[in-house]
Amino acid sequence: MTIAIAARHTMGDFVLDVDITTSGRLTALFGPSGSGKTTLINVVAGLLRPRTGRVVVDDRVLLDSARNICLPVHRRRIGYVFQDARLLPHLTVRQNLAYGRWFAAARAPASTVARLVDMLGIGPLLDHRPAMLSGGERQRVAIGRALLSGPQLLLMDEPLAALDEPRKAEIIPYIERLRDEALVPILYVSHAVAEVSRLADHVVLLDQGRTTAQGSPAEVIRRLDLLPLDERAEGGSLIAMQVDDYDPDFDLTTLTAAAGVARVPGRWGPKGTPVTLRIRARDVMVATLHPDRISALNVFQGTVVAIAPSGPSGLTLTLDCGGTPLVSSLTRYSASRLGLTPGMEVYAVVKSVSVAPAGH
Amino acid sequence: MPHWLSLSPDEATAVALSLKVATWAMLGSLIPAVLVALALARGRFWGKTLLNGVVHLPLVMPPVVTGYLLLLALGRKAAIGQFLADHFGLTFSFRWTGAALACAIMGFPLMVRAIRLSIEAVDRKLEAAAQTLGASPLWVLLTVTLPLALPGVVAGMILSFAKAMGEFGATITFVSNIPGETQTLPSAIYSLTQVPGGDPAAFRLTAISIAISLLALIASEVLARRVARGVAA
Repeated sequence: MTIAIAARHTMGDFVLDVDITTSGRLTALFGPSGSGKTTLINVVAGLLRPRTGRVVVDDRVLLDSARNICLPVHRRRIGYVFQDARLLPHLTVRQNLAYGRWFAAARAPASTVARLVDMLGIGPLLDHRPAMLSGGERQRVAIGRALLSGPQLLLMDEPLAALDEPRKAEIIPYIERLRDEALVPILYVSHAVAEVSRLADHVVLLDQGRTTAQGSPAEVIRRLDLLPLDERAEGGSLIAMQVDDYDPDFDLTTLTAAAGVARVPGRWGPKGTPVTLRIRARDVMVATLHPDRISALNVFQGTVVAIAPSGPSGLTLTLDCGGTPLVSSLTRYSASRLGLTPGMEVYAVVKSVSVAPAGH
Repeated sequence: MPHWLSLSPDEATAVALSLKVATWAMLGSLIPAVLVALALARGRFWGKTLLNGVVHLPLVMPPVVTGYLLLLALGRKAAIGQFLADHFGLTFSFRWTGAALACAIMGFPLMVRAIRLSIEAVDRKLEAAAQTLGASPLWVLLTVTLPLALPGVVAGMILSFAKAMGEFGATITFVSNIPGETQTLPSAIYSLTQVPGGDPAAFRLTAISIAISLLALIASEVLARRVARGVAA
Protein backbone atom coordinates (compact mmCIF):
# COMPACT_ATOMS: atom_id res chain seq x y z
CA MET A 1 0.00 0.00 0.00
CA THR A 2 1.42 3.34 -1.04
CA ILE A 3 0.42 6.67 0.40
CA ALA A 4 1.35 9.85 -1.44
CA ILE A 5 0.73 13.20 0.20
CA ALA A 6 1.56 16.59 -1.24
CA ALA A 7 0.27 19.78 0.31
CA ARG A 8 0.98 23.48 0.26
CA HIS A 9 -0.88 25.64 2.70
CA THR A 10 -0.42 28.94 4.50
CA MET A 11 -1.90 29.81 7.87
CA GLY A 12 -0.70 33.20 9.10
CA ASP A 13 3.08 32.97 9.28
CA PHE A 14 3.10 29.21 9.03
CA VAL A 15 3.78 27.62 5.67
CA LEU A 16 3.25 23.92 5.11
CA ASP A 17 5.05 22.56 2.07
CA VAL A 18 5.35 18.80 2.07
CA ASP A 19 5.59 16.12 -0.58
CA ILE A 20 6.03 12.58 0.70
CA THR A 21 5.45 9.04 -0.46
CA THR A 22 5.56 6.09 1.87
CA SER A 23 4.73 2.43 1.76
CA GLY A 24 5.56 1.79 5.41
CA ARG A 25 3.24 -0.17 7.66
CA LEU A 26 3.65 2.49 10.31
CA THR A 27 5.00 5.78 9.06
CA ALA A 28 5.88 8.26 11.77
CA LEU A 29 5.49 11.98 11.12
CA PHE A 30 8.06 13.19 13.56
CA GLY A 31 8.92 16.72 14.58
CA PRO A 32 8.61 19.41 17.25
CA SER A 33 5.24 20.95 18.08
CA GLY A 34 4.32 23.49 15.45
CA SER A 35 6.15 21.62 12.70
CA GLY A 36 2.92 20.86 10.84
CA LYS A 37 2.44 17.17 11.67
CA THR A 38 -1.18 17.46 12.76
CA THR A 39 -1.93 19.93 9.97
CA LEU A 40 -0.64 17.36 7.51
CA ILE A 41 -2.78 14.48 8.75
CA ASN A 42 -5.79 16.81 8.88
CA VAL A 43 -5.19 17.35 5.18
CA VAL A 44 -5.21 13.57 4.70
CA ALA A 45 -8.42 13.21 6.75
CA GLY A 46 -10.07 16.08 4.90
CA LEU A 47 -10.53 18.18 8.03
CA LEU A 48 -8.35 20.83 6.41
CA ARG A 49 -8.39 21.72 2.74
CA PRO A 50 -4.98 22.98 1.68
CA ARG A 51 -4.54 25.71 -0.89
CA THR A 52 -3.06 23.12 -3.23
CA GLY A 53 -2.48 19.47 -2.62
CA ARG A 54 -2.83 15.88 -3.68
CA VAL A 55 -3.54 12.88 -1.47
CA VAL A 56 -3.58 9.40 -2.97
CA VAL A 57 -3.99 6.23 -0.92
CA ASP A 58 -3.17 3.28 -3.14
CA ASP A 59 -5.16 4.17 -6.23
CA ARG A 60 -7.84 6.22 -4.53
CA VAL A 61 -7.51 9.93 -5.08
CA LEU A 62 -8.83 11.67 -1.96
CA LEU A 63 -7.69 15.12 -2.90
CA ASP A 64 -6.34 16.64 -6.07
CA SER A 65 -6.64 20.39 -6.16
CA ALA A 66 -5.36 20.47 -9.76
CA ARG A 67 -8.33 18.37 -10.88
CA ASN A 68 -10.68 19.95 -8.34
CA ILE A 69 -11.22 16.65 -6.53
CA CYS A 70 -11.84 16.82 -2.79
CA LEU A 71 -13.69 13.93 -1.18
CA PRO A 72 -15.68 14.96 1.90
CA VAL A 73 -14.37 13.67 5.23
CA HIS A 74 -17.02 10.99 5.62
CA ARG A 75 -16.27 9.39 2.24
CA ARG A 76 -12.49 9.16 2.66
CA ARG A 77 -12.42 5.92 4.64
CA ILE A 78 -9.68 7.29 6.89
CA GLY A 79 -9.71 6.18 10.52
CA TYR A 80 -8.53 8.90 12.89
CA VAL A 81 -7.38 8.34 16.47
CA PHE A 82 -7.22 11.77 18.06
CA GLN A 83 -4.90 12.78 20.86
CA ASP A 84 -7.93 13.40 23.07
CA ALA A 85 -9.80 10.19 22.00
CA ARG A 86 -13.03 12.13 21.24
CA LEU A 87 -15.41 9.32 22.15
CA LEU A 88 -19.04 10.38 21.82
CA PRO A 89 -19.99 11.16 25.44
CA HIS A 90 -23.69 10.33 25.08
CA LEU A 91 -23.00 6.80 23.85
CA THR A 92 -21.66 3.74 25.67
CA VAL A 93 -18.40 2.09 24.63
CA ARG A 94 -20.39 -0.53 22.72
CA GLN A 95 -22.35 2.17 20.88
CA ASN A 96 -19.18 4.12 20.15
CA LEU A 97 -17.70 1.01 18.55
CA ALA A 98 -20.93 0.39 16.64
CA TYR A 99 -20.98 3.98 15.41
CA GLY A 100 -18.03 3.61 13.06
CA ARG A 101 -19.10 0.11 12.02
CA TRP A 102 -22.61 1.33 11.11
CA PHE A 103 -21.27 3.69 8.45
CA ALA A 104 -18.65 1.30 7.07
CA ALA A 105 -19.14 0.29 3.41
CA ALA A 106 -18.41 -3.35 4.22
CA ARG A 107 -19.65 -3.84 7.76
CA ALA A 108 -17.23 -5.84 9.85
CA PRO A 109 -18.72 -9.23 10.86
CA ALA A 110 -19.46 -9.81 14.54
CA SER A 111 -16.49 -12.17 14.78
CA THR A 112 -14.12 -9.34 13.77
CA VAL A 113 -15.65 -7.09 16.38
CA ALA A 114 -15.21 -9.75 19.04
CA ARG A 115 -11.60 -10.35 18.05
CA LEU A 116 -10.81 -6.63 18.09
CA VAL A 117 -12.53 -6.10 21.44
CA ASP A 118 -10.48 -8.98 22.76
CA MET A 119 -7.22 -7.74 21.27
CA LEU A 120 -7.72 -4.26 22.72
CA GLY A 121 -8.83 -5.65 26.06
CA ILE A 122 -11.98 -3.54 26.21
CA GLY A 123 -14.54 -6.34 26.75
CA PRO A 124 -15.29 -5.42 30.38
CA LEU A 125 -15.86 -1.77 29.40
CA LEU A 126 -18.51 -2.26 26.73
CA ASP A 127 -21.43 -0.99 28.80
CA HIS A 128 -19.56 1.94 30.34
CA ARG A 129 -19.83 5.56 29.31
CA PRO A 130 -16.64 7.30 28.14
CA ALA A 131 -16.71 9.55 31.22
CA MET A 132 -16.06 6.48 33.39
CA LEU A 133 -12.94 5.35 31.50
CA SER A 134 -9.29 6.10 32.19
CA GLY A 135 -7.24 7.90 29.56
CA GLY A 136 -5.63 4.66 28.39
CA GLU A 137 -8.96 2.87 28.15
CA ARG A 138 -10.46 5.73 26.14
CA GLN A 139 -7.56 5.61 23.73
CA ARG A 140 -7.98 1.85 23.20
CA VAL A 141 -11.71 2.28 22.54
CA ALA A 142 -10.90 5.09 20.10
CA ILE A 143 -8.51 2.77 18.24
CA GLY A 144 -11.18 0.05 18.06
CA ARG A 145 -13.82 2.50 16.90
CA ALA A 146 -11.58 3.86 14.14
CA LEU A 147 -10.69 0.35 12.94
CA LEU A 148 -14.33 -0.78 12.83
CA SER A 149 -15.20 2.06 10.46
CA GLY A 150 -13.37 -0.01 7.82
CA PRO A 151 -10.58 2.47 7.07
CA GLN A 152 -8.06 2.16 4.28
CA LEU A 153 -5.57 4.12 6.34
CA LEU A 154 -5.35 4.84 10.06
CA LEU A 155 -4.19 8.23 11.32
CA MET A 156 -2.94 8.49 14.89
CA ASP A 157 -2.28 11.95 16.29
CA GLU A 158 0.05 11.57 19.27
CA PRO A 159 -2.27 8.98 20.81
CA LEU A 160 0.07 8.59 23.78
CA ALA A 161 0.88 12.25 24.45
CA ALA A 162 -1.87 12.78 27.02
CA LEU A 163 -1.00 9.59 28.95
CA ASP A 164 1.43 8.92 31.78
CA GLU A 165 4.23 6.35 31.43
CA PRO A 166 2.33 3.29 32.72
CA ARG A 167 -0.60 4.08 30.39
CA LYS A 168 1.77 4.53 27.45
CA ALA A 169 3.31 1.15 28.21
CA GLU A 170 -0.22 -0.27 28.25
CA ILE A 171 -1.09 0.99 24.75
CA ILE A 172 2.20 0.50 22.87
CA PRO A 173 1.84 -3.29 22.53
CA TYR A 174 -1.59 -2.85 20.93
CA ILE A 175 -0.19 -0.45 18.36
CA GLU A 176 2.68 -2.87 17.67
CA ARG A 177 0.15 -5.61 17.03
CA LEU A 178 -1.79 -3.41 14.62
CA ARG A 179 1.45 -2.74 12.77
CA ASP A 180 2.65 -6.35 12.75
CA GLU A 181 -0.68 -7.88 11.74
CA ALA A 182 -0.71 -5.33 8.90
CA LEU A 183 -4.45 -4.76 9.30
CA VAL A 184 -4.21 -1.26 7.95
CA PRO A 185 -1.29 1.10 7.26
CA ILE A 186 -0.78 3.74 9.92
CA LEU A 187 0.34 7.36 9.78
CA TYR A 188 1.54 8.14 13.28
CA VAL A 189 2.22 11.65 14.54
CA SER A 190 4.78 11.88 17.30
CA HIS A 191 7.36 14.17 18.83
CA ALA A 192 9.07 11.50 20.95
CA VAL A 193 12.17 9.60 19.82
CA ALA A 194 11.31 6.71 22.13
CA GLU A 195 7.92 6.13 20.44
CA VAL A 196 9.18 6.60 16.91
CA SER A 197 12.15 4.28 17.31
CA ARG A 198 9.97 1.60 18.84
CA LEU A 199 6.93 1.80 16.56
CA ALA A 200 7.81 3.15 13.14
CA ASP A 201 9.25 1.38 10.13
CA HIS A 202 9.49 4.61 8.19
CA VAL A 203 10.05 8.09 9.60
CA VAL A 204 9.39 11.47 8.04
CA LEU A 205 11.05 14.27 9.95
CA LEU A 206 9.23 17.59 9.76
CA ASP A 207 10.37 21.03 10.82
CA GLN A 208 8.53 24.30 10.28
CA GLY A 209 6.23 22.80 7.71
CA ARG A 210 8.94 21.13 5.64
CA THR A 211 10.42 17.64 5.37
CA THR A 212 13.99 17.65 6.67
CA ALA A 213 14.74 13.93 6.47
CA GLN A 214 13.09 10.60 5.88
CA GLY A 215 14.09 6.99 6.09
CA SER A 216 14.22 4.13 8.54
CA PRO A 217 14.03 5.04 12.26
CA ALA A 218 17.74 4.14 12.61
CA GLU A 219 18.68 6.52 9.80
CA VAL A 220 16.62 9.39 11.15
CA ILE A 221 17.20 9.30 14.90
CA ARG A 222 20.98 9.34 14.55
CA ARG A 223 20.71 12.69 12.75
CA LEU A 224 21.06 14.63 16.00
CA ASP A 225 21.42 17.89 14.08
CA LEU A 226 17.89 17.49 12.65
CA LEU A 227 16.03 16.20 15.70
CA PRO A 228 13.68 18.53 17.59
CA LEU A 229 15.65 20.42 20.26
CA ASP A 230 13.75 18.99 23.20
CA GLU A 231 14.32 15.44 21.93
CA ARG A 232 17.93 15.80 20.80
CA ALA A 233 19.18 14.22 24.02
CA GLU A 234 17.17 11.10 23.13
CA GLY A 235 18.74 10.76 19.69
CA GLY A 236 21.26 8.06 18.98
CA SER A 237 21.64 4.68 17.35
CA LEU A 238 19.32 1.74 16.80
CA ILE A 239 21.02 -1.63 16.49
CA ALA A 240 19.19 -4.77 15.44
CA MET A 241 20.42 -7.67 17.57
CA GLN A 242 19.50 -11.23 18.49
CA VAL A 243 19.16 -12.96 21.82
CA ASP A 244 22.05 -15.38 22.29
CA ASP A 245 21.97 -16.50 25.88
CA TYR A 246 20.35 -15.82 29.24
CA ASP A 247 22.20 -16.00 32.55
CA PRO A 248 19.67 -16.56 35.36
CA ASP A 249 22.28 -15.98 38.13
CA PHE A 250 22.77 -12.36 37.12
CA ASP A 251 19.44 -11.98 35.28
CA LEU A 252 21.34 -10.87 32.21
CA THR A 253 20.70 -11.52 28.50
CA THR A 254 23.52 -11.63 25.98
CA LEU A 255 22.72 -10.17 22.56
CA THR A 256 24.76 -10.49 19.41
CA ALA A 257 25.05 -8.67 16.11
CA ALA A 258 27.73 -7.79 13.60
CA ALA A 259 28.47 -4.73 15.73
CA GLY A 260 29.51 -6.93 18.64
CA VAL A 261 28.10 -8.38 21.82
CA ALA A 262 25.87 -6.59 24.32
CA ARG A 263 24.65 -7.57 27.76
CA VAL A 264 21.31 -6.23 28.97
CA PRO A 265 19.40 -6.80 32.21
CA GLY A 266 16.28 -8.97 32.16
CA ARG A 267 15.10 -11.82 30.01
CA TRP A 268 14.38 -11.08 26.36
CA GLY A 269 13.00 -14.35 25.04
CA PRO A 270 14.58 -17.52 23.63
CA LYS A 271 17.77 -17.68 21.58
CA GLY A 272 17.32 -16.02 18.22
CA THR A 273 14.64 -13.52 19.31
CA PRO A 274 15.19 -10.28 17.40
CA VAL A 275 15.41 -7.14 19.54
CA THR A 276 16.31 -3.54 18.89
CA LEU A 277 18.90 -1.85 21.04
CA ARG A 278 18.61 1.92 21.36
CA ILE A 279 21.76 3.71 22.46
CA ARG A 280 21.51 7.43 23.09
CA ALA A 281 24.43 9.39 21.68
CA ARG A 282 25.02 11.07 25.05
CA ASP A 283 25.40 7.65 26.70
CA VAL A 284 28.38 6.70 24.52
CA MET A 285 31.91 7.46 25.75
CA VAL A 286 34.91 6.98 23.53
CA ALA A 287 38.26 5.46 24.49
CA THR A 288 41.34 4.98 22.33
CA LEU A 289 42.54 1.98 24.36
CA HIS A 290 40.38 -0.99 25.30
CA PRO A 291 39.02 -0.20 28.75
CA ASP A 292 39.29 -3.26 31.02
CA ARG A 293 38.59 -2.31 34.56
CA ILE A 294 35.33 -0.46 34.01
CA SER A 295 31.76 -1.04 35.23
CA ALA A 296 30.08 -0.43 31.86
CA LEU A 297 28.89 -3.73 30.43
CA ASN A 298 28.96 -2.88 26.78
CA VAL A 299 31.99 -1.88 24.77
CA PHE A 300 31.92 -1.87 20.99
CA GLN A 301 34.94 -1.58 18.76
CA GLY A 302 34.64 0.73 15.77
CA THR A 303 36.24 3.09 13.31
CA VAL A 304 35.66 6.83 13.30
CA VAL A 305 33.87 7.70 10.06
CA ALA A 306 32.65 11.25 10.64
CA ILE A 307 33.07 14.12 13.05
CA ALA A 308 30.47 16.87 12.83
CA PRO A 309 30.22 20.01 14.98
CA SER A 310 27.20 20.22 17.27
CA GLY A 311 26.73 23.53 19.01
CA PRO A 312 29.61 25.77 20.12
CA SER A 313 31.37 23.22 22.32
CA GLY A 314 30.17 19.83 21.12
CA LEU A 315 30.73 17.29 18.39
CA THR A 316 28.82 14.37 17.03
CA LEU A 317 31.04 11.42 16.29
CA THR A 318 29.92 8.65 13.97
CA LEU A 319 31.58 5.26 14.34
CA ASP A 320 31.33 2.21 12.15
CA CYS A 321 30.98 -0.85 14.34
CA GLY A 322 31.06 -3.90 12.06
CA GLY A 323 28.94 -2.09 9.48
CA THR A 324 26.50 -0.59 11.98
CA PRO A 325 26.70 3.16 12.61
CA LEU A 326 26.97 4.27 16.23
CA VAL A 327 26.83 7.95 17.18
CA SER A 328 28.33 9.61 20.21
CA SER A 329 28.03 13.15 21.58
CA LEU A 330 31.21 14.54 23.08
CA THR A 331 32.90 17.85 23.64
CA ARG A 332 35.29 19.31 21.12
CA TYR A 333 37.82 19.42 23.91
CA SER A 334 37.70 15.63 24.50
CA ALA A 335 37.94 14.96 20.79
CA SER A 336 41.01 17.12 20.41
CA ARG A 337 42.61 15.65 23.57
CA LEU A 338 42.16 12.13 22.16
CA GLY A 339 43.27 13.34 18.73
CA LEU A 340 40.24 11.76 17.06
CA THR A 341 40.38 11.71 13.26
CA PRO A 342 38.42 9.76 10.67
CA GLY A 343 39.80 6.27 10.19
CA MET A 344 40.94 5.89 13.79
CA GLU A 345 40.14 2.69 15.69
CA VAL A 346 38.35 3.46 18.96
CA TYR A 347 36.24 1.78 21.63
CA ALA A 348 32.70 2.98 22.34
CA VAL A 349 31.79 2.55 25.99
CA VAL A 350 28.04 2.46 26.40
CA LYS A 351 26.67 3.61 29.76
CA SER A 352 23.08 2.55 29.27
CA VAL A 353 20.82 1.07 26.62
CA SER A 354 17.15 0.53 26.17
CA VAL A 355 15.86 -2.64 24.56
CA ALA A 356 12.60 -3.22 22.73
CA PRO A 357 11.24 -6.23 20.91
CA ALA A 358 11.87 -5.76 17.20
CA GLY A 359 8.95 -5.45 14.81
CA HIS A 360 8.57 -8.12 12.21
CA MET B 1 -62.20 19.35 48.36
CA PRO B 2 -63.51 22.47 50.10
CA HIS B 3 -66.28 24.24 48.26
CA TRP B 4 -64.24 27.37 47.56
CA LEU B 5 -61.61 25.34 45.66
CA SER B 6 -63.93 23.50 43.28
CA LEU B 7 -63.93 24.95 39.78
CA SER B 8 -66.99 26.04 37.89
CA PRO B 9 -67.32 24.51 34.37
CA ASP B 10 -66.22 27.80 32.82
CA GLU B 11 -63.12 27.95 34.97
CA ALA B 12 -62.24 24.31 34.21
CA THR B 13 -62.61 25.09 30.50
CA ALA B 14 -60.19 28.00 30.79
CA VAL B 15 -57.60 25.77 32.51
CA ALA B 16 -57.95 23.00 29.92
CA LEU B 17 -57.80 25.49 27.07
CA SER B 18 -54.67 27.08 28.47
CA LEU B 19 -52.95 23.70 28.71
CA LYS B 20 -54.00 22.83 25.15
CA VAL B 21 -52.86 26.18 23.75
CA ALA B 22 -49.50 26.02 25.57
CA THR B 23 -48.84 22.43 24.47
CA TRP B 24 -49.53 23.20 20.82
CA ALA B 25 -47.53 26.41 20.97
CA MET B 26 -44.58 24.47 22.37
CA LEU B 27 -44.77 21.53 19.96
CA GLY B 28 -45.53 23.68 16.92
CA SER B 29 -42.53 25.93 17.41
CA LEU B 30 -40.08 23.10 18.18
CA ILE B 31 -38.91 22.24 14.66
CA PRO B 32 -38.78 25.84 13.37
CA ALA B 33 -36.91 26.83 16.54
CA VAL B 34 -34.32 24.06 16.08
CA LEU B 35 -33.80 25.07 12.43
CA VAL B 36 -33.47 28.77 13.24
CA ALA B 37 -31.16 27.99 16.18
CA LEU B 38 -28.98 25.85 13.90
CA ALA B 39 -28.85 28.61 11.31
CA LEU B 40 -27.92 31.19 13.92
CA ALA B 41 -25.38 28.98 15.70
CA ARG B 42 -23.67 27.42 12.69
CA GLY B 43 -24.76 29.22 9.56
CA ARG B 44 -22.69 31.82 7.77
CA PHE B 45 -25.02 33.68 5.47
CA TRP B 46 -26.00 37.16 4.49
CA GLY B 47 -28.75 38.58 6.70
CA LYS B 48 -27.93 36.50 9.77
CA THR B 49 -28.02 39.59 12.00
CA LEU B 50 -31.37 40.53 10.50
CA LEU B 51 -32.78 37.03 11.16
CA ASN B 52 -31.52 37.23 14.71
CA GLY B 53 -33.24 40.59 15.13
CA VAL B 54 -36.54 39.42 13.70
CA VAL B 55 -36.55 36.33 15.92
CA HIS B 56 -35.97 38.46 19.01
CA LEU B 57 -38.53 41.15 18.11
CA PRO B 58 -41.46 39.60 20.07
CA LEU B 59 -39.27 39.74 23.17
CA VAL B 60 -38.79 43.51 23.00
CA MET B 61 -41.97 44.75 21.29
CA PRO B 62 -45.09 45.39 23.37
CA PRO B 63 -47.16 42.17 23.17
CA VAL B 64 -50.12 44.21 22.00
CA VAL B 65 -48.13 45.21 18.91
CA THR B 66 -47.37 41.56 18.09
CA GLY B 67 -51.06 40.72 18.55
CA TYR B 68 -52.16 43.61 16.38
CA LEU B 69 -49.70 42.68 13.62
CA LEU B 70 -51.03 39.12 13.71
CA LEU B 71 -54.55 40.47 13.43
CA LEU B 72 -53.55 42.62 10.45
CA ALA B 73 -51.85 39.69 8.73
CA LEU B 74 -54.13 36.80 9.59
CA GLY B 75 -57.51 38.41 10.29
CA ARG B 76 -60.54 37.18 8.35
CA LYS B 77 -60.30 40.06 5.90
CA ALA B 78 -56.50 40.04 5.61
CA ALA B 79 -54.90 38.60 2.48
CA ILE B 80 -52.78 35.94 4.18
CA GLY B 81 -55.60 34.95 6.50
CA GLN B 82 -57.99 34.53 3.60
CA PHE B 83 -55.44 32.58 1.58
CA LEU B 84 -54.81 30.15 4.44
CA ALA B 85 -58.54 29.75 5.06
CA ASP B 86 -59.36 29.14 1.38
CA HIS B 87 -56.54 26.76 0.54
CA PHE B 88 -55.73 24.97 3.79
CA GLY B 89 -58.86 25.49 5.88
CA LEU B 90 -56.71 27.16 8.52
CA THR B 91 -58.38 29.93 10.49
CA PHE B 92 -56.53 31.70 13.26
CA SER B 93 -58.45 34.83 14.17
CA PHE B 94 -60.76 34.49 17.19
CA ARG B 95 -59.98 30.75 17.42
CA TRP B 96 -57.92 28.77 19.91
CA THR B 97 -55.45 28.00 17.09
CA GLY B 98 -54.80 31.73 16.92
CA ALA B 99 -54.11 31.79 20.64
CA ALA B 100 -51.62 28.96 20.15
CA LEU B 101 -49.97 30.82 17.26
CA ALA B 102 -49.70 34.05 19.29
CA CYS B 103 -48.21 32.12 22.23
CA ALA B 104 -45.77 30.28 19.95
CA ILE B 105 -44.52 33.53 18.47
CA MET B 106 -44.15 35.16 21.90
CA GLY B 107 -42.21 32.12 23.20
CA PHE B 108 -40.15 31.62 20.03
CA PRO B 109 -37.19 33.87 20.97
CA LEU B 110 -36.85 32.12 24.33
CA MET B 111 -36.86 28.69 22.72
CA VAL B 112 -34.42 29.65 19.95
CA ARG B 113 -32.07 31.25 22.44
CA ALA B 114 -31.90 28.20 24.70
CA ILE B 115 -31.36 25.80 21.78
CA ARG B 116 -28.84 28.06 20.08
CA LEU B 117 -26.72 28.36 23.21
CA SER B 118 -26.61 24.61 23.71
CA ILE B 119 -25.74 23.99 20.04
CA GLU B 120 -22.92 26.50 20.32
CA ALA B 121 -21.67 24.61 23.36
CA VAL B 122 -21.39 21.31 21.45
CA ASP B 123 -17.72 20.43 20.93
CA ARG B 124 -17.10 20.64 17.19
CA LYS B 125 -14.18 18.26 17.59
CA LEU B 126 -16.71 15.53 18.37
CA GLU B 127 -18.52 16.33 15.13
CA ALA B 128 -15.24 16.09 13.23
CA ALA B 129 -14.59 12.72 14.88
CA ALA B 130 -18.02 11.47 13.79
CA GLN B 131 -17.30 12.61 10.23
CA THR B 132 -14.05 10.63 10.13
CA LEU B 133 -16.09 7.59 11.15
CA GLY B 134 -18.16 7.96 8.01
CA ALA B 135 -21.12 10.06 9.18
CA SER B 136 -22.41 12.56 6.62
CA PRO B 137 -23.21 16.10 7.83
CA LEU B 138 -26.92 15.22 8.24
CA TRP B 139 -26.08 12.12 10.28
CA VAL B 140 -23.65 14.14 12.40
CA LEU B 141 -26.47 16.58 13.12
CA LEU B 142 -28.92 13.84 14.06
CA THR B 143 -26.57 11.59 16.03
CA VAL B 144 -24.12 14.01 17.61
CA THR B 145 -25.12 17.67 17.55
CA LEU B 146 -28.79 17.40 18.48
CA PRO B 147 -28.39 14.68 21.14
CA LEU B 148 -25.63 16.71 22.78
CA ALA B 149 -27.76 19.85 22.58
CA LEU B 150 -30.77 18.05 24.10
CA PRO B 151 -30.59 19.79 27.51
CA GLY B 152 -30.98 23.13 25.72
CA VAL B 153 -33.85 21.80 23.60
CA VAL B 154 -35.67 20.61 26.72
CA ALA B 155 -35.02 23.92 28.49
CA GLY B 156 -36.30 25.80 25.45
CA MET B 157 -39.49 23.74 25.33
CA ILE B 158 -40.21 24.37 29.01
CA LEU B 159 -39.56 28.08 28.61
CA SER B 160 -41.89 28.22 25.62
CA PHE B 161 -44.60 26.31 27.52
CA ALA B 162 -44.28 28.58 30.55
CA LYS B 163 -44.39 31.68 28.38
CA ALA B 164 -47.52 30.37 26.65
CA MET B 165 -49.25 29.70 29.99
CA GLY B 166 -48.74 33.34 30.95
CA GLU B 167 -49.18 35.06 27.60
CA PHE B 168 -51.86 37.73 27.71
CA GLY B 169 -51.32 40.84 25.60
CA ALA B 170 -50.78 39.36 22.16
CA THR B 171 -53.45 36.69 22.67
CA ILE B 172 -56.21 39.03 23.80
CA THR B 173 -55.41 41.48 20.99
CA PHE B 174 -55.33 38.83 18.25
CA VAL B 175 -58.08 36.41 19.27
CA SER B 176 -60.00 38.38 21.94
CA ASN B 177 -61.36 36.78 25.10
CA ILE B 178 -64.10 34.32 24.11
CA PRO B 179 -65.01 31.87 26.88
CA GLY B 180 -64.56 28.30 25.66
CA GLU B 181 -62.63 29.30 22.54
CA THR B 182 -59.88 31.80 23.31
CA GLN B 183 -60.26 32.56 27.02
CA THR B 184 -57.03 31.22 28.54
CA LEU B 185 -56.11 31.36 32.24
CA PRO B 186 -54.68 34.89 32.21
CA SER B 187 -57.60 36.35 30.26
CA ALA B 188 -60.09 34.50 32.50
CA ILE B 189 -58.41 35.94 35.60
CA TYR B 190 -58.40 39.37 34.00
CA SER B 191 -62.13 39.13 33.20
CA LEU B 192 -62.93 37.98 36.74
CA THR B 193 -61.12 40.95 38.26
CA GLN B 194 -63.28 43.24 36.17
CA VAL B 195 -66.63 42.02 37.57
CA PRO B 196 -68.02 42.47 41.13
CA GLY B 197 -67.73 39.28 43.22
CA GLY B 198 -65.22 37.69 40.89
CA ASP B 199 -62.43 37.54 43.48
CA PRO B 200 -62.91 33.95 44.78
CA ALA B 201 -62.86 32.59 41.23
CA ALA B 202 -59.87 34.78 40.31
CA PHE B 203 -58.11 33.45 43.39
CA ARG B 204 -58.79 29.82 42.42
CA LEU B 205 -57.40 30.31 38.93
CA THR B 206 -54.41 32.15 40.37
CA ALA B 207 -53.69 29.19 42.63
CA ILE B 208 -53.93 26.82 39.66
CA SER B 209 -51.68 29.05 37.63
CA ILE B 210 -49.05 28.99 40.38
CA ALA B 211 -49.35 25.21 40.70
CA ILE B 212 -48.88 24.65 36.94
CA SER B 213 -45.88 27.00 36.88
CA LEU B 214 -44.29 25.15 39.79
CA LEU B 215 -44.93 21.78 38.17
CA ALA B 216 -43.36 22.97 34.92
CA LEU B 217 -40.29 24.21 36.78
CA ILE B 218 -39.89 20.94 38.69
CA ALA B 219 -40.42 18.92 35.53
CA SER B 220 -37.77 20.97 33.73
CA GLU B 221 -35.30 20.43 36.59
CA VAL B 222 -35.88 16.67 36.63
CA LEU B 223 -35.70 16.39 32.83
CA ALA B 224 -32.64 18.60 32.58
CA ARG B 225 -30.85 16.54 35.21
CA ARG B 226 -31.74 13.26 33.52
CA VAL B 227 -30.70 14.55 30.11
CA ALA B 228 -27.49 16.06 31.49
CA ARG B 229 -26.60 12.66 32.98
CA GLY B 230 -27.14 11.12 29.57
CA VAL B 231 -24.77 13.44 27.75
CA ALA B 232 -22.22 14.02 30.52
CA ALA B 233 -18.74 14.22 29.04
